[in-house]
Amino acid sequence: MITINHYLALSAALFVIGTVGVLTRRNVIVVMMSIELIFNSANLAFIAFSYFLGDMVGHVFVFMVMAVAAAEVAVGLAIALAIFKNRETVDIDQISVMKG
Amino acid sequence: MQLLLFYLFGSLALISGVVMIMSKRAVTSALNLVVVMFCLAALFAIMEAHLIAALQILVYAGAIMVLFLFVIMLLNLREKSGLRPMRQIIEQFVGIVVLGALFIPLVVTFDLNAVPGLVARTAEFGTTRGVGALLYTEYLLPFEVASVLLLAALVGAVILGKTRLR
Repeated sequence: MITINHYLALSAALFVIGTVGVLTRRNVIVVMMSIELIFNSANLAFIAFSYFLGDMVGHVFVFMVMAVAAAEVAVGLAIALAIFKNRETVDIDQISVMKG
Repeated sequence: MQLLLFYLFGSLALISGVVMIMSKRAVTSALNLVVVMFCLAALFAIMEAHLIAALQILVYAGAIMVLFLFVIMLLNLREKSGLRPMRQIIEQFVGIVVLGALFIPLVVTFDLNAVPGLVARTAEFGTTRGVGALLYTEYLLPFEVASVLLLAALVGAVILGKTRLR
């Protein structure tokens, strides 16, 4: 019998994995993918609560999260490509200063 | 049966997530993230969230991850395959264990019966009609604002992606 705690534990685990990915990876594209993993863990928590509470507001929220994530990925990847054209690297340790 | 499917898709999502943050090449990470998206779509379908499961595959795995793969291809980095150095992998595992120890006991001891507002699921739970009925009446403003946000992101991405014409 699945309880909501199963889904919340999975959501927390994915969140933690995404956070560690953001903190430890140096490739800016992989950092953005870890942020997407965090979004997905939040979506899982929303849908789980919506299912077990019977309220469909969670679905509407997931809709909004998906729209925001799509917008953020589009602009973020455009910025990453522009930086790569300029600096020839996607290593966030080397593009950490805005000067030059 | 549902429990078995939950463990199957959940463990696959966790394994793919861990491989995603530990592999050296960006393409491997991207494809593992696609696997995570599909597993989450399966979990959404188990929870009767049919519209969101379909949108997860269409939007996340089908558009956002494809965009990631295009950008990785355009960057054309020369990366060797395999896992990252062992020291960094151990650091990541320790990080996951420490953060998990902080976070997971909090959610595992959560008691749903203490939350007011439990109602039974209607027959239209998770269907397009059910989501649409909410989205176009009570949550119309976020819907319209989301469309403006997408327009702004579209304009911004086009401007940022333009090469300078000399």
